[in-house]
Amino acid sequence: MFMRNAEYLAILAAGLFFLASTNSYTQTPNLGMPIDEQDIAAWDIDILPDGTGLPLGQGTAGEGKIIYEQKCAVCHGVNGEGGISPALAGGDPLSNGIDTGKTIGNFWPYATTIFDYTRRAMPWFAPRTLTDNEVYSLTAYLLVLNDIISDEVVMNANTLPEVRMPNRDGFIVRFPERTP
Amino acid sequence: MNKKDSTRVWKGLGPAAENGLFDRRAFFKGGSVLAAAMTGYTIAKPLQAQTLSDDPWSGSAGTPSGPYEARSRFENDVVRTMTNPNGEPRSQQSRTPHHMLDGTFTPNGLHFVISRSGSPDIDPEQHRLVIHGLVKQPLVFTLESLMRYPMVSRMHFVECGGNSAPMWSPEPLDADVQGLHGYVSCAEWSGVMLSTLLEEAGIDPTAKWLIAEGSDSLALHRSIPLSKALDDAMIALYQNGEKLMPGNGYPMRLLVPGWEGNMNVKWLRRIELLDQPAMSIYEARTYAPILPGGKAYQFYFLQEVKSFITRPSPGLSMNGQGLYEISGVAYSANGRISKVLVSADGGQTWAEAALQEPVLSKAFTRFRIPWQWDGSPAVLQSRAWDEAGHVQPTRSEIVAARGEASRVPSLNGFPSQHYNGPTSWQIDQAGEVKHVYA
Repeated sequence: MFMRNAEYLAILAAGLFFLASTNSYTQTPNLGMPIDEQDIAAWDIDILPDGTGLPLGQGTAGEGKIIYEQKCAVCHGVNGEGGISPALAGGDPLSNGIDTGKTIGNFWPYATTIFDYTRRAMPWFAPRTLTDNEVYSLTAYLLVLNDIISDEVVMNANTLPEVRMPNRDGFIVRFPERTP
Repeated sequence: MNKKDSTRVWKGLGPAAENGLFDRRAFFKGGSVLAAAMTGYTIAKPLQAQTLSDDPWSGSAGTPSGPYEARSRFENDVVRTMTNPNGEPRSQQSRTPHHMLDGTFTPNGLHFVISRSGSPDIDPEQHRLVIHGLVKQPLVFTLESLMRYPMVSRMHFVECGGNSAPMWSPEPLDADVQGLHGYVSCAEWSGVMLSTLLEEAGIDPTAKWLIAEGSDSLALHRSIPLSKALDDAMIALYQNGEKLMPGNGYPMRLLVPGWEGNMNVKWLRRIELLDQPAMSIYEARTYAPILPGGKAYQFYFLQEVKSFITRPSPGLSMNGQGLYEISGVAYSANGRISKVLVSADGGQTWAEAALQEPVLSKAFTRFRIPWQWDGSPAVLQSRAWDEAGHVQPTRSEIVAARGEASRVPSLNGFPSQHYNGPTSWQIDQAGEVKHVYA
């Protein structure tokens, strides 16, 4: 029996596909279960420097100061001066030495990182218990402590990514050829 | 005709460097017989001839071997040192005791661990790994489903970006190899290549980065270039043949071979493909070392070529003149180790060490070299090269480029990161070994 041309070509194409495959396996079990982004929302908490991921809500430094003194000062000290945990405000010029203490004001390049880390990881004893409004308020307070914004500025999904951090241009990519 | 593979006799080829270092080929080649008496570092007193008789443990049956073997009770002091044993609200570190180990793989109970809030008690049946973001179809995987994928086993070191941080001190800290270099270990990791899972989800052409995130209380996350993820990243499920230890990410961790330990995210639960780095606190702040003048390196990622001598080293004092083996480990994020040189005179003259086979990429390579100690003061150093042509810089080269701490730090401080210079062990006439700069 001769195969019809179409059948022959189909088998040939399958063979070429096999050869072109770089893995020694032509297939994986394909056991990943499809999931909707909305079902991932509770885990999808990262905030990007351009503000992607910032939730609704808002806050100011006045509200943040109250929360800070209740939940943060025990480790980070009054006014962010540091304690058992690192200082968050002030700090020496980075030219003082390679071991200069890093604070939000003297080092952090993006304000979005403050929101991201505070929401995902703080307070250490009860992470992810702060409301989004509380995180915005704490972010505003920490920026005020570092003289980056003024007292009355409201932090929300629009204003936070616009905050220009003092050390934004203080970095050199170590291996540019390995970094997209 | 095959000859027995014996190290009882080192075949002398004459000195290869000053102060008693022999050529590495003394291990392998024939020639005149060198004195065979090996001298150990830990012998409390010289052996004396005595009449042998049955020892107490030989007179009756021993204890049954248990379901999970425990080491000899005489080895119970081979332990990690811990910086935060009570779990205070800060990072906790456990250092590998390199001076008590040999070979290239770190036993699972002694693998270094750094965690920010302890090890979560994860039920493997409930654990989920989700892959989403810039993919055609977000997917969720169970451990059971991952177990059905084709797996690979690879030997790789994992090193904290802050390992060797005490070497930034302007004065040498009085510390041993565990204190100075304990945040690096090496294991055989088995698991599923991340590229397999990403291809199943379908990579959007705009994706350039991904974040990996853990299910620890701090939901630690790091940004990783997609190119690295597709090159050799793995979802590791096994460590030296058994399931991951809790401190190393049970039931699954990301392995990004040769890159900062912190990027090898443990207790992995989420991978999101992105068009930009997330600038998590760890890439934005923690692992961005400050340079002299005040700028800082960003995205250092690679753990560059490094080596250190583990025997002799502080705590393993010499036991009289004679022949010793100098031994240590070398490794690089840029591939295989190609050469290790050892000096016994503080870096003035060097001899090439033998590399224990197999020499594997991004893994510990054990080096060894015979040394005749004549009882006079000596300073031992090692210096490694990798197959990409990189060499361990001297300490003065590092200080010139990267600076040093403005004050003497504590042993547990992290004045900066990514120190990969040499380490010097000074041996005095009494045989005591001390960390020095040379």
